[in-house]
Amino acid sequence: MAEAFTVEIDALNGPYWAGLREGVLTYQACDCGNCWLPARQLCPACLGSGWRWETASGQGTIRSWVVYHTAYHPDFKDRLPYNVAIVRLAEGPQLIANIDAPVDALRVGAGVRLHVDMTLAQPIARFALLP
Amino acid sequence: MRAKYVIAGIGHTAFGRLGLDTVTLNTLACQAALQDAGVEKGAVDALFVKGPTSSKELLYGQKVSEALGIQPRWGGAWDQGGAANITLIDMAMMAIETGQCEVALVTFADNPRSGSRAAYARPRGNDAVYGWFSTAAGYGMIHQAHAAEYGTPPEAFAAFALAARRHGASNPRAQLQKAITLDDYLASPWVVQPLRRDDCCLVSDGAAAVVVMSARRAQALGVRQPVPILGIGGGQTSYDVHLRDVLTSTQAVQSGRIAFEMAGIRPQDIDVAQIYDCFTVTALMTLEDYGFFPKGGALDFVRDGQIEHGGRLPVNTSGGLLSETGMPGMQLILEGVRQIRGTANLQVPGARFSLVSNQGGTMHTHSTLILGG
Repeated sequence: MAEAFTVEIDALNGPYWAGLREGVLTYQACDCGNCWLPARQLCPACLGSGWRWETASGQGTIRSWVVYHTAYHPDFKDRLPYNVAIVRLAEGPQLIANIDAPVDALRVGAGVRLHVDMTLAQPIARFALLP
Repeated sequence: MRAKYVIAGIGHTAFGRLGLDTVTLNTLACQAALQDAGVEKGAVDALFVKGPTSSKELLYGQKVSEALGIQPRWGGAWDQGGAANITLIDMAMMAIETGQCEVALVTFADNPRSGSRAAYARPRGNDAVYGWFSTAAGYGMIHQAHAAEYGTPPEAFAAFALAARRHGASNPRAQLQKAITLDDYLASPWVVQPLRRDDCCLVSDGAAAVVVMSARRAQALGVRQPVPILGIGGGQTSYDVHLRDVLTSTQAVQSGRIAFEMAGIRPQDIDVAQIYDCFTVTALMTLEDYGFFPKGGALDFVRDGQIEHGGRLPVNTSGGLLSETGMPGMQLILEGVRQIRGTANLQVPGARFSLVSNQGGTMHTHSTLILGG
């Protein structure tokens, strides 16, 4: 699979991408109890900076999903049709991801489990459907 | 505020592929709106511009002023997506109320059909590694979630497209004058599944503008057909669709509550509605969140021609974004005005209360306008 786009890594989101290179998905967890993605300098709930990176359990659910039948960039042509989903982690943060499943199997509310795609130079978080 | 301010004039360019720059398009629409109001450009002391979607330019409002040969004291360009048209009418009312100006132009122009459509197909930051592109896909997420949560069937989304396309087919100004059947809708190809081509608005060049002033000022200037603003309201949420707790509601809840309270009426009092239909799901959820039907009740409300001309609540009587022009929302305000003046192409006989919704981004922003005679 071609690596169509590279991510922009900076000081703030560096630990997130470093985690994926180790095969784990991390999110920010604040002393106030709020958890989120993507990386921010300040907690969007309490506006404090008392947060740390936590490792996600890898369990989640599909909030919604779409299937691309046309490519908005030539690099995605050979992947058509492909899905993009919104996944809510068990810990609360939500993220965009791909689900390793055929279109017919995708359901809103379905349980998924993290599968870090290590075949890419910069690994990314994908998910597999729970049986 | 009820009926204290009016829309004194409306104007627009042709719709379609025009090959003109946006400053020229804005100028043409403003000229037409001033002519319609019977007001000289020298009387304009505020210019509010919804900036073009396809390009961002610094101090764009001042460029349009320069092209119009006016020196407005107040105004500028505002970035709130498609909700901005009505929001800017609201801001014009506020500016007049605080004595900043007396006669305001509110205008929008864009040229993505002859120019660049890149803004609508853009990669979404680092998430582009997943293939997450385009404006349509964000709405696809919302459409899918609504269908899953409420069982909203394709026939409900189709009913809105059929109504808009039927109305557009009889509008000689419409960019797309072709009615469709349910079978046509179901057979139209995926743009981003679950969105079919016929769920999606047009891509259009064009401009439209309105003149806003107090009812008293309109009387003093001898404006021929001022249309009173009975209610106006706004609502907003945050940026990323995929970070929202709820995907199946819109800010129409907020903007509608404020506008209906100001107007002192209820949804069932509305005679005709122009509902922002960048995608069919946007329009169904807006009607739902205004309270025209309970959550999940779209099909019963829209089926069997009930939202077509001659039905219970005719919507998008000039064709909306799906058929008249993909312009993000100003054309809906113009049609709402025509319905109260009694000059619409598909006129709703004796329309007293005319509702217009505008919506921006991916259901980030919303605004509501209620006009009445």
